[in-house]
Amino acid sequence: MQQMKTLRFSSMFGDIGKHKALYAMFIPIAVYTLVFAYLPMAGIIIAFKEYNYTGGIWGSAWNGWKNFEYFFFSGKAWLVTRNTIVYNVVFLACSTFFSVGIAILISEMRGKYFKKISQSFMLLPYFVSWVIVSAFVYNFLNYDYGVVNTMIRHFGGEPIDIYGTPAYWYFLLPFLYIWKWVGFNSILYLAAIMGIDQECYEAATIDGASVFQKITRITIPLLMPTMIILVLLGLGRIMRGEFDMFYQLIGNNSRLLDATDIIDTLVFRSLAGMPDFGLASSAGFYQSVLTFVIILAANGAVKLYNKDYSLF
Amino acid sequence: MKIKKTFDMKLFNVIAYSIIGFFGLITLLPFLMLLTSSFATEHDIIHYGYTLIPRDVSFDAYTLVFKEPAKILRAYGVTVSLTVVGTALSLFVSTMAAYVLFRKDVKHRNKLSFFLYFTTLFNGGLASFYIIIRNHLHLGDTYMVLLLVHMFNVVFILILRSFMQGSLHDSLLESARIDGAGDFTIFLKIVLPLSKPALATIGLFTGLAYWNDWWTPMLFVDNKNLFPLQYVLYRVLSSAESARTIVNAPVAIDSPKESLKLALTVISIGPIVLLYPFLQKYFVKGIMIGAVKG
Repeated sequence: MQQMKTLRFSSMFGDIGKHKALYAMFIPIAVYTLVFAYLPMAGIIIAFKEYNYTGGIWGSAWNGWKNFEYFFFSGKAWLVTRNTIVYNVVFLACSTFFSVGIAILISEMRGKYFKKISQSFMLLPYFVSWVIVSAFVYNFLNYDYGVVNTMIRHFGGEPIDIYGTPAYWYFLLPFLYIWKWVGFNSILYLAAIMGIDQECYEAATIDGASVFQKITRITIPLLMPTMIILVLLGLGRIMRGEFDMFYQLIGNNSRLLDATDIIDTLVFRSLAGMPDFGLASSAGFYQSVLTFVIILAANGAVKLYNKDYSLF
Repeated sequence: MKIKKTFDMKLFNVIAYSIIGFFGLITLLPFLMLLTSSFATEHDIIHYGYTLIPRDVSFDAYTLVFKEPAKILRAYGVTVSLTVVGTALSLFVSTMAAYVLFRKDVKHRNKLSFFLYFTTLFNGGLASFYIIIRNHLHLGDTYMVLLLVHMFNVVFILILRSFMQGSLHDSLLESARIDGAGDFTIFLKIVLPLSKPALATIGLFTGLAYWNDWWTPMLFVDNKNLFPLQYVLYRVLSSAESARTIVNAPVAIDSPKESLKLALTVISIGPIVLLYPFLQKYFVKGIMIGAVKG
């Protein structure tokens, strides 16, 4: 036993000795990952501590589940969990539907230039930050000079206070999500469609199949595996939200917050300005642990479905 | 074959062209509207709202910005330098790591991959990250924090590795080794140049992450001289007060506020929209690489 251990030990370092240069080339990324990912991972224990500046993460005193008490008993935990999950499910469903739809339409279109130009436009939102998207949205929807309200006034109607009414945002947020990502996501599906054997389509054409039959009988069934895998992987990230979007569009708007607060925005708001480490760390702990479990489950599902596509 | 273009083809074309055209239009429209509105007079914006075609063309807002451009230029400088330096460093180190993971004779490469990959599955949360950065590493209020937080993405490293697996032949590396090249020389002289197509795309993604970052400065930087463009823009958009201080405009009722915000937004997305036609090619190709091989 002892002998085997030393054997394994020496082989481990033997390999490092043999490839000194290669292992040395891995050092920068290893150090970075240790400091910026693993160190904060260990720091997750701050969720069970009363943070004070001099003690830092390791020196602060333990306080059991106290940080979690406020997070759970104030009803915040339920609220942000519900919002995070509901929005993400809606986003995932809508974006899959529209991305697949657009990819199919583009793949069957013949007008080369029309296709290229409209695709360029659809990709444009991917390149700008949510800061800028939020400026667009403000230009369209604000009460005083927004395009929508200007038009309503022009026709003699009563302007609507969109930034004060949560109901509108249940539709606006999914719409904006699609607006920003559909160009990008449709390329992923387009790549999958390009991978389908052209002979299938040729054979179908000879047999007299219409375009619609080709789409429903060839393209969609053959896209299914890609769709299922991307959806499962998307479900794995369900507890992590589109933080930039929510924060930029809603920010600290208290009239909308109950309807739109997600875990990430709650954590961020409790850190920006006057930090509330108790709330931020307990919500963050809750999110990290749940995410980990859900990713493992989603990956298990992918593995059951098709071993080749599982993450690990 | 022309005869085959029957009813179903026509119907499909009507549906496809109108849907795709509609999506193309609604993605383009806000950009156009922003540009044209930024040339409207403050008076028109307040009275008639934003419009696609301004009643009067006015350069007031732009004149105001360019009269005292120091603060905007500084923000631009911070963003451009972060993007260039950060992307270059990130690509070099990421490719180096990807190369180590790609080499089959590195026995522990799977363990090393998992070491990196695990960080995408579990993280310590923002609170712990915040305390580590501010309190333990003392990186708060430094240029380094802006540079380091977004530097690496594990997924990009794994995509680079897949790219190498698909395009670098063992025989090529073998022949270089016979010629007496060391591992680092092989990386520098062979692997790096041959990875160019993947580097273009990954570089684009990384560059965009730097360019569009606003929350790192918001959490970690208080020194106004270190604020990058997006964060400056965010502050300007969220308060008219910041809009005026950025151009040192006097607080007067008739000074442009709304049009100033629009002009600053235009100025901040200008480079991206102008570079976009050149970048798009790499981008689409890169997503295809990622989709097929990743």
